[in-house]
Amino acid sequence: MAHRVGMEVSIAVSHAVQMSRAEAIAAYPITPQTHIVEHLSSMVANGDLEAEFVNVESEHSAMSTCIGMSATGARTYTATSSQGLALMNEILFIASALRLPIVMTVANRALSGPLSIWNDHGDIMAARDIGWIQIFVENGQESFDHSVMAFKIAENHQVLLPTIINMDGFILTHVVEAMEFPDQEMVDKFLPPYHPLFHLTPAKPVTMGAFAMPEIYTECKMAHQMALTNSYDHILNVWKEWGNLTGRHYQPVEKYKTEGAKVLLLTMGCLSEVAEVAVDEMREAGLEVGLLKLRLWRPFPFAELRNAVAGSKLLIVIDRALSLGGAAPPVLAEVRSALYAMRGRPQTASFVIGLGGRDIAPGAFKEIVAQAQEEAQQKPTEEYHIFGVRG
Amino acid sequence: MSSKPMDQVTWQEIEVGAILTEPGSARAYNTGDWRSQYPVWTKSRCIRCGVCWTVCPEAGISEEPGGYFDMNTYCKGCGICAKECVTGCISMVPEEE
Repeated sequence: MAHRVGMEVSIAVSHAVQMSRAEAIAAYPITPQTHIVEHLSSMVANGDLEAEFVNVESEHSAMSTCIGMSATGARTYTATSSQGLALMNEILFIASALRLPIVMTVANRALSGPLSIWNDHGDIMAARDIGWIQIFVENGQESFDHSVMAFKIAENHQVLLPTIINMDGFILTHVVEAMEFPDQEMVDKFLPPYHPLFHLTPAKPVTMGAFAMPEIYTECKMAHQMALTNSYDHILNVWKEWGNLTGRHYQPVEKYKTEGAKVLLLTMGCLSEVAEVAVDEMREAGLEVGLLKLRLWRPFPFAELRNAVAGSKLLIVIDRALSLGGAAPPVLAEVRSALYAMRGRPQTASFVIGLGGRDIAPGAFKEIVAQAQEEAQQKPTEEYHIFGVRG
Repeated sequence: MSSKPMDQVTWQEIEVGAILTEPGSARAYNTGDWRSQYPVWTKSRCIRCGVCWTVCPEAGISEEPGGYFDMNTYCKGCGICAKECVTGCISMVPEEE
């Protein structure tokens, strides 16, 4: 029987990894991800999880070790954040190009400098094009559920792609929430042991990571691109199966009070729950405002986004990162590209909020909606706003 | 990956992860194609010491019957053997069309 528990979300994620029977973990501690791997390390040391836990001296080595362990056919997990994700960078591309189904939690945190340990999405947006499946969660239950589902998605032979679960650092990782844990039997049935398509074994040697000449590199990249694009249906199938077992259904673009909404906010991660409160209050005040929550970041859900915004007049895209010197913050750039060819597309407005842990309360979303509506009547003067910046 | 020439392989034919399931693909690729010059041994001055074979970074030199040495199809023409030859019996000759 599933049972209700109250615990810190980081620790719940470590339990999700334990219940998923991860066999190999290599990690380096970094705030605010540390609690996850710290607890996994205890579980392995105490014999509560039969896995190899490799302590490494850096995140570069953590991801390199994960690649090696995954290549042997082990179910492999790691977690990191911010500078750690940045230090892994070159290896992240290799993990996905080798199609190794590593699952990684990223406790999203601002990148230095200035040095900040607090939450925004600058870390993952800098790793946007690493060729991994990338999912955002907004609360403890979603963090648990997606940590289990990620293994099933990643290890599907039609997918075989590493997968990142993004959870906001501190404001999600370190809060205590009530969650429903499924029983081990249900998880075991849902997630059978990993059977690799290829793995390193003397019984049948293969070469992983061979050199590619100019004659073949383009075809390799195309194959990777198609694998990531085609993973979409398999992701949805896994979410559907989990939904049928638990009653918790997930969509690539989640809708909240969007019926008849002329104005839509689009958020990612756990500030979506704050935006929900703001939408409730605006709806009560008679404003036709709804909320879209972008769960699946890679592969990007183009068709679902277009369907979700159809009929709205103004789409306010909330970013938690900047693209310095670029055309637009990362989510806005993606959304605008997705809508460019759409007939009757809504006008877009862009606000960057909550950088480096700047707190955002529901009132901020109400101010943003008011400002965006006012500016939508006029000719926009700025490509995007950094909300609340002084001066 | 299929056994087709590399420049004819389509993206659909690339193995998952671009993994090579059969050994020997490096052997099938004659790196000597890149060469713009090649080593020539003057046997009368060769003492069969094997320094050329030892210093070659690409295993591009093979031992011949009788203990003499010659280049093989992997020689890229770098000239290290000619530089290091004890008796100076190796000279580098430009490749011609």
